[in-house]
Amino acid sequence: MRLTPSAEQEQFAAALHAMLTEADIPTVARRWAADDPAPGQVVWRRLAELGVAGLAVPERWGGLAAHPADVVIACEELGHHALPGPVAESIAALPMLLTTLGDDALCETWLPRLASGEVIGTLAVAPHVPYATDADVVSLVLRADERTLRLGVPGPRLRSVDDTRRLVEVADGALLVTGPTVGPAVAHALDAGALACAAQLLGAGHALLETTLRYAGQRTQFGQPIGQFQAVKHLLADVAIGLEFARPLLYAAAVALADHPAMAARDISAAKVACADAAQRAARTALQVHGAIGYARESGLDLWLTRIWALARTWGTQSWHRDRIRTALAAGDLT
Amino acid sequence: MRPAGTMNLDLDDETHAFRAEVRSWLATNVPATPLPPVDTPEGDLAHRAWERQLATAGLSVVSWPTAYGGRDVSPLQWLIFEEEYHRARAPVRINQNGLFLLAPTLFAHGTAEQRARLLPRMARADDVWAQAWSEPEAGSDLAGIRSRAVRTDGGWLLSGQKTWSTRAAQADRAFGLFRTGVDRHRGLTYLMFDLRVEGVTVRPIQQVGGATGFAEIFLDQVFVPDADVLGAVDQGWTVAMSTASHERGLSLRSPGRFTAAAGRLVRLWCRAGAHADPALSDRVVDGWVAARAYQLHSYGTATREATDRPPEPPPPPGRADRPTRTGPTMLSGGGHATSMTKVFWSELDVALHEVALDLLGPDAETGGLRTGTAGWAGDDGGTDAWLDGYLFSLAGPIYAGTNEIQRTVIAERVLGLPRDRR
Ligand SMILES: Cc1cc2nc3c(=O)[nH]c(=O)nc-3n(C[C@H](O)[C@H](O)[C@H](O)COP(=O)(O)OP(=O)(O)OC[C@H]3O[C@@H](n4cnc5c(N)ncnc54)[C@H](O)[C@@H]3O)c2cc1C
Repeated sequence: MRLTPSAEQEQFAAALHAMLTEADIPTVARRWAADDPAPGQVVWRRLAELGVAGLAVPERWGGLAAHPADVVIACEELGHHALPGPVAESIAALPMLLTTLGDDALCETWLPRLASGEVIGTLAVAPHVPYATDADVVSLVLRADERTLRLGVPGPRLRSVDDTRRLVEVADGALLVTGPTVGPAVAHALDAGALACAAQLLGAGHALLETTLRYAGQRTQFGQPIGQFQAVKHLLADVAIGLEFARPLLYAAAVALADHPAMAARDISAAKVACADAAQRAARTALQVHGAIGYARESGLDLWLTRIWALARTWGTQSWHRDRIRTALAAGDLT
Repeated sequence: MRPAGTMNLDLDDETHAFRAEVRSWLATNVPATPLPPVDTPEGDLAHRAWERQLATAGLSVVSWPTAYGGRDVSPLQWLIFEEEYHRARAPVRINQNGLFLLAPTLFAHGTAEQRARLLPRMARADDVWAQAWSEPEAGSDLAGIRSRAVRTDGGWLLSGQKTWSTRAAQADRAFGLFRTGVDRHRGLTYLMFDLRVEGVTVRPIQQVGGATGFAEIFLDQVFVPDADVLGAVDQGWTVAMSTASHERGLSLRSPGRFTAAAGRLVRLWCRAGAHADPALSDRVVDGWVAARAYQLHSYGTATREATDRPPEPPPPPGRADRPTRTGPTMLSGGGHATSMTKVFWSELDVALHEVALDLLGPDAETGGLRTGTAGWAGDDGGTDAWLDGYLFSLAGPIYAGTNEIQRTVIAERVLGLPRDRR
């Protein structure tokens, strides 16, 4: 048994953190939203160099065939920095989809390029992921339902509350695969994406806790730092507890994906429910503790707030995930 | 073969065997009907006898060193033992104050003589222990205690009043803090004393559910030998804080208790079937998820302790308005971090029981209040157990340092916010 990151995993996360800090993601994200994806694409290439893009890709197709926990750890750090771009799609869901489909020609075409960072990919799967994020700035767009997998043709862009998420409607393009293999592969892809999404939510929630702690220590009212008021302390303590106890569910879901596939749906849903709840609590509290400055874009808080509001409801709503857990529990899957 | 360091939830062969042994022993030995309530004379005898039976089987104190009757099992195996114990609905541990709170303090601060004299008797419930911290004027503000220990030949004379002392009405001995000097924190000494001697009066107090679960202790010049000072004179605060962190942390309320309760809650909900109010099912799910989160979190803690990890690298210098990095858990921050655990398990316990009562609906109030067991009457708990458990759970956010106090500790000691003016 081991449910804690190894020294290598810690170093990997720290290296990602150092790279993303250096890259100044808030500026990169603003430009991504303002139709200038070039700096973001540079960061994505650097991530690929560090191996992130190929974590979930088999060695045969140029990837690292890493453990799902590595994907979770990486995605948490990407969420921590509010990296723009199709993280859950390109790093987790697409490799899972293509690998599970087992169509060698498709794998050979796309997986090596995803792993190397030459291609960033995105995906729409109604109803949980109805729009393909960033479909207008990446070079692989897929569209799937239970029976078919097609290329997606980017259509009109929609507004997202998080304007660094470039939501795009996609129309049907060339048919790639049809038949009974598609449904299970899509289900696996949704699970992988939901797990990556949960990890990002946890990272984003942590970022807001850290930022808010710093602010609460600096902002003075009534002659003392606001962080000295007990009402503020208790709000932040509850945020910390929520995040602290969500993370083990994330790790366990990664373990289920690797070792206990029959439990993966239940455990991924538990992780998504807990991480989204914890992140939303962090968001609400961050805004409250900042007061008006947090409500203003100049604080920069909006990058994390809006990301959390968006991610908490995609890759399966909280209700849908609770329903999956309920089904597993009713079937007696308690341990 | 997976590479070393890979996350996994598999038990090694030894731990598997240990779980199987504990499970099968409990299956044959846990009484088929509940023992009488622990606070009654018959219940007291029955629960002490149960502890002796556990000790004889080598299962009373599995995490202790073998020299004191333990089996020196790993932290993970201790968690597994607890899971099995609660799953089997074995009797409440009459000596939990001793086993889970005093013993860790003796291991950390006691002398070899104290350990040899006290631990084996504790393990067999020959001595049942009570905690004597709170006083009428000193609850959350524990350093405000007034009961004092005055120096006398070969020891100390205790005088004053303690209160809310769980099981004091039936316990043999107690431990707590006494004032030996004027300094608020550095004038306190940790003492262990007999409850059945001249000068001690114990008055049981009825609790909200009717049981006499705690008591007042009046002390009038009660002699305590030097040998029963735990740690150094006037250093009791530091010693006591180490006990407090055990009480708040895993030791007193291990995850097994909550995963077992969550399992029963799910079965209660399944039994209600189509009759269950659909609005309740999200709360059943959330209760199960939270119990599992606590369990998994403790697995993380146990497996982190078990593996030698290099200290975390210092975070690279970041910009003031950019995220910093905190590592995989906030709970590496020493004793204070157990405050997070305490708030989590106590709120979880209330939540699990509230949903159960809501599922039981108008039948919930028909539960008998004095079964005195951790729960009974069928696989899904039974009304008595849920109602008793609910009343008990409501004390969780109060004892072991109220949750308000814990949140302040978390904010200041774990999160680093500026301290209150005190
Ligand atoms: C079932 C049960 C068993 C117990 N067993 C034992 C035992 O075995 N031994 C023992 O010594 N004690 C025991 N206690 C007592 C327990 O430790 C105290 O109740 C607890 O420390 C709180 O003290 P108090 O009850 O005096 O409440 P108070 O300290 O008076 O607090 C009352 C309220 O004020 C709040 N409050 C107080 N100070 C602050 C602050 N600084 N900031 C914010 N809010 C604050 C508290 O959170 C609480 O909500 C037990 C209590 C219960 C309910």
